[in-house]
Amino acid sequence: MDTTSPQPAKYLISKSVDEFFSGISDVAKFVLQFFKEAFTPPYEYQEVIKQCYNVGYKSLSLITLTAFITGIVFTKHSRPALADFGATSWLPSLIGIAIMKALAPLITGLICAGKVGSQMGAELGSMRVSEQIDAMEVSAVNPFKFLVVTRVLAATLMIPLLVMYSGFIGLLGSFLNVHANEQTSLVTFIHGAFAKINFSEIISSLARALIFGFTIGIIGCYKGYTTTQGTEGVGRAANSSVVVIMFLIFIEEIIIVQFMNWINPGG
Amino acid sequence: MRKHVSHSEGKEVVISISKLYKSFDENNVLQGIDLELCKGENLVVLGRSGTGKSVLIKIIVGLLKPDSGTVKVFGKEVDKLNKKELTDLRLKIGFLFQHSALYDSMTIRENLEFPLVRNKRHISRKEIDESVKDVLEAVGLSDTINQLPSELSGGQQKRIGLARTLIMKPEIIFYDEPTAGLDPLTSSEINDLINEVQEKYKTSSIIITHDLTCAKDTGDKIFMMMNGKFTRHGDFEEVFDTSDETIRAFFDYNFIQ
Repeated sequence: MDTTSPQPAKYLISKSVDEFFSGISDVAKFVLQFFKEAFTPPYEYQEVIKQCYNVGYKSLSLITLTAFITGIVFTKHSRPALADFGATSWLPSLIGIAIMKALAPLITGLICAGKVGSQMGAELGSMRVSEQIDAMEVSAVNPFKFLVVTRVLAATLMIPLLVMYSGFIGLLGSFLNVHANEQTSLVTFIHGAFAKINFSEIISSLARALIFGFTIGIIGCYKGYTTTQGTEGVGRAANSSVVVIMFLIFIEEIIIVQFMNWINPGG
Repeated sequence: MRKHVSHSEGKEVVISISKLYKSFDENNVLQGIDLELCKGENLVVLGRSGTGKSVLIKIIVGLLKPDSGTVKVFGKEVDKLNKKELTDLRLKIGFLFQHSALYDSMTIRENLEFPLVRNKRHISRKEIDESVKDVLEAVGLSDTINQLPSELSGGQQKRIGLARTLIMKPEIIFYDEPTAGLDPLTSSEINDLINEVQEKYKTSSIIITHDLTCAKDTGDKIFMMMNGKFTRHGDFEEVFDTSDETIRAFFDYNFIQ
C-alpha cells in the first residue's frame, strides 16, 4: 500500500511574503463572507442587540472620561495661542471644528480599537481554541453568522453613535473650561462651536466612524476567528487585533480626509 | 463491561472510510485509514495521544478536509457535500468534544437550547423546555439548569456536553476522549452513560480514547491506531492477544498503572 501523502506545495516567493499575501487574501475572503452571511436569513437579531449593548453601552464610561478630558485639555492648550492675538472668542469655533471633525472620530476609533477590538479577538480566539466554534459548526449552527456577523454589525452601528456622543462630551468639557475662564454662555458657546461646521462635515465624520466601526469589528473578529496555537494564540489575536486596527484607522483617516478635501475643497 | 453487539454482515453501514490520508505540513497524520461503522455499533479508536485519532473524527464531520481518500456518512461523501447538505448531515450527528466545549458565556439551559432553537425555528417554548428537561434527566443533572459551565466539575461538563448532543436526537455520536482528565470513578460513570445512551437512543458511535477501560467498557469493535494507521482491530481480547511489544506495552501501562 502506498503510505505517502501528497506533499505540501513549495512557497512561491518566500515564506513570509507568501504568508503576507495569503493573509490579505484571507481577510478579503472573510469580508466577502461577512457580506454574504449578513444578507442571508436567518438573522440573529437578539445577538446583534446583545453585541450592540456590549460594544456601545459598555464603552460609554471610557468614552465619556476620554472625551471629557480631551475637550478640557485641548481647550487649555489652544487658549494661549489665540490669546496672543486677542482671539479667545474664537475658541468655541476652533474646538468645534477640532472635536467634531477630527478628534471625536479618531479618539473614539482608537479607544474602541483597544477596548472592543481586543475583546472580540480574545473572545473569539478563546472560543476557537476551546473548540466552542467547532461545537457550533458540528451542531449545524453557522458560527460565522452567530459570532462574526453580529459583532461586526454591532461595531459598525455603535461606533458612529459613540463618536457623536464623544463629540458632545468633548464639547461639554471644553465649554466648562471656556465658561470658567471667559464666562461664555452655553448658547454662545454652542453657536460658536457649530458656526464653522456644516451638515456635510458631520456626515463625513459619521461616515468615517462607520468605516472605523466596520474595521474594528471585522479585524477583531478575523483575528479571533482564525486563532491557532492555544492560549498563546489567544493573546496574540487580542494583541494583533489592536495593532492592526489602529494602523488601519490611521490609514483610513488619511485617505478619507484627502478624499473629502478632493470632493469638497473648501470644507 | 459492555455486552458486545455481534457484527452481522447484513447490517447497515453508516460510516465508511477508504484510503484516508491527511497531513499538516510535513507531518503525515493519517496514512491510509479504512474503517466501517455499522448501525447501532460502538466503535472505539484506541491509541496514544498525537496519533491522529481526533483528526480522523474531525474529517468525518467535515471540520477538516482530507488530503485524499473517501469518507462516506449515510452513503454521502462528506468532502463533496455543499453547505446545505453538510448542515443536513450534521443534524444527524452529535459530537462530544474532549474538553466539552460548552459555551462559557451561556447557562446550561442556554447551552442546551442553542442548537435546538437554531435548527428548529418554529419549535414552541413548551417543546424546548421538555427537550431540555429530558436530556438533563438522561445525563442525571437536572439541578444544574441555571448554572454556568464554569460552576460544574469536569465530569458534569462532559455530561452536559453529551446532553447538548442528545437534544438534537442524533443517529451517530462521536466521543473525543470522553474520559480524559477524569478520575476513575467519574470515568466509569461516563462509560456507563455512553452505553445507556446507545441503548436508549439506538445511536451508533465512534469513541476516540487512549483509556483502555473506556475502550473495554464501551466498544463493540476496537481499532488500534499507531502512527496514523490501524495496526489491529477486533474485539478487546482479539486486539490485545498479540505479542507485538508496542501494543503489549500500551496494555500493560494502562492496566498495571
